[in-house]
Amino acid sequence: MWTESLPFAKRFAHMIKQDKLSNSFRNQPDDRGHFGQFGGRYVAETLMPLILDLEKHYRAAQADPAFAEEFDDLLEHYVGRPSPLYFAERLTDHVRKEAPEGKGAQIWFKRDELNHTGAHKINNCIGQILLAKRMGKTRIIAETGAGQHGVATATVCARFGLPCVIYMGAKDIERQQPNVFRMKLLGAEIVPVTSGAGTLKDAMNDGMRDWVANVEDTFYIIGTAAGPHPYPEMVRDFQSVIGKEAREQMLSRIGRLPDMLVAAIGGGSNAIGLFHPFLDDPDVEMLGIEAAGHGLDKQHAASLAGGKPGILHGNKTYLLQDEDGQIDEAHSISAGLDYPGIGPEHSWLKESGRVRYDSVTDTEALEAFQLLCSTEGIIPALEPSHAIAAVAREAVKMNKDQIILANLCGRGDKDIFTVAEALGTEI
Amino acid sequence: MTRLSKAFPSDRAALVAFVTGGDPSAADTGAILDALVEGGADIIELGMPFTDPMADGPAIQAANIRSLNAGTKTADLLNIATAFRQRHPTVPLVLMGYANPMTIRGADWFADACVDAGVDGVICVDIPVEEDDSLGDSLRAKDVAVIRLATPTTDAARLPDILKNASGFLYYVSVAGITGLQQAAQASIQEAVTRLKAGTDLPVAVGFGVRTPEQAADIAHVADGVVVGSAIVEIIAEHGAGAPPHVKAYVKSLSDAIRSAR
Repeated sequence: MWTESLPFAKRFAHMIKQDKLSNSFRNQPDDRGHFGQFGGRYVAETLMPLILDLEKHYRAAQADPAFAEEFDDLLEHYVGRPSPLYFAERLTDHVRKEAPEGKGAQIWFKRDELNHTGAHKINNCIGQILLAKRMGKTRIIAETGAGQHGVATATVCARFGLPCVIYMGAKDIERQQPNVFRMKLLGAEIVPVTSGAGTLKDAMNDGMRDWVANVEDTFYIIGTAAGPHPYPEMVRDFQSVIGKEAREQMLSRIGRLPDMLVAAIGGGSNAIGLFHPFLDDPDVEMLGIEAAGHGLDKQHAASLAGGKPGILHGNKTYLLQDEDGQIDEAHSISAGLDYPGIGPEHSWLKESGRVRYDSVTDTEALEAFQLLCSTEGIIPALEPSHAIAAVAREAVKMNKDQIILANLCGRGDKDIFTVAEALGTEI
Repeated sequence: MTRLSKAFPSDRAALVAFVTGGDPSAADTGAILDALVEGGADIIELGMPFTDPMADGPAIQAANIRSLNAGTKTADLLNIATAFRQRHPTVPLVLMGYANPMTIRGADWFADACVDAGVDGVICVDIPVEEDDSLGDSLRAKDVAVIRLATPTTDAARLPDILKNASGFLYYVSVAGITGLQQAAQASIQEAVTRLKAGTDLPVAVGFGVRTPEQAADIAHVADGVVVGSAIVEIIAEHGAGAPPHVKAYVKSLSDAIRSAR
């Protein structure tokens, strides 16, 4: 059982003992795509043969060194990896001013906002489009919320010369005009989704509807570590480059692993990408941050904190829903976190106790956004601003010689209009 | 013989009629179901509304939203089924919908609720055979039919898995796509039904995109059942609470065509 009073490493040993079969947190999912009771393949029969075929091709790609070689090459020369690992000295100093004597951990960032297209989303898109090519698919579709995944998908489609259709909620199109224009410049067709509330969830519904009607030629590039198996596993694997690099960089820079990892979670792809390579390191604690929106007692997007297990978009996972299983509308100031579900592996990691989950409100995220701008000269996206708020909150409780590492998963250029509006500034 | 197996006569195809429960409101659904029966429907498919009907086209999506906006709850839907069973002791009633509303209180709870409401079978769109244990075991334990879907993408290697543990009838989704948009070519339907019937003794009903009496009659030539949904739902969208006579007239036109097809 979870015992808050024990040091984390001791609790970890206890968790591992409970997981008798494997002694590892890194060997999920099972062969049916289940992470414990979560995940799976809850799709219409029409899609089922495709999902099985996708898995077959993914296994073949995993076994093919040429696939990994091309993936690595593109990440290095097209995306700009490895992304830097950065010690945020002034933010650390700032936090220490508020901390009790001897407290205030060193704050480090994994700089995935410096990737081509400005976020971690491109890592996954490179992997999936290579797979699409391998499978002989000639048309790409994707859903997008904030537009970051849409931009990343449109980017790789331009790079590989494939037609690209992006489903985007009509409401999100309004609030993310710069990204809509970017996608158009990159040659994508944007389909406004007006069903439901016109946000990410509805865009995903329409993505699935397109896919089921175009099964022969179309590859669906899902942007987060959710959806039917093998997507959660596949997206995690492609995003794990974040954690693998961070692990190596930490070891080579300071000769040890960080004490705590922090990442923001909508669907959870940047978080699982950072966490997964560290899951079996008992001294590394992990914290996933959901969007608490207006507050957990009001409208929010924190599925783990405020939801319960259910089935949506091909997987079983924690969902915001009513007692009849009708899905609630999420809310977050960050369009990228504005989703009523979460990747199934996070649901499993929560239940196993390996990762701790907490949440940050719109207001706290806005403050953290400004804090990073002023202390480090980095304009973060609103998504990682949630992680930054949690970092400041946690660092004051940790010793000065401890290290807290957060994933700066996106840059904030896209968000300046939203932030200006929230701060009452006219641009 | 169960109500479902009796619903497929040997000399003609059965008409399976779908509407979304609670559209335009829970209070109006009973009269609409009666109109389906009076028009000549042999099996009633009652759709459980869901916020995210991923396999449905615009007509049924809108019906789901109308139903939920009218405040339809799962309890209302089960009440509609219970009342239908009292009025129509012999007409088979099948619930169709998505996994989450069906499993949210547990699969056993749902199976018991089906039995209590006199529901004969369940079609769950997003529980493929790979996830059957999420719902199928509980339904079978209570003798509620687990009605499986086969599609144009279902290949020969998969088909035996789908047929295993299937009951009631086999629903052939004739189009790779969402409900209500286009209809498959007659030749491909005939080929598919022949292939499916070689693997099962269950009746095969064909749906997706069936709108006109002529289309229904064509399918009735080759299949054991014809499923019509979106076209009925569109009549309800147009006439709302006043839909029953219009629904009845339309269903009768389908039923007449099916009855004279063979």
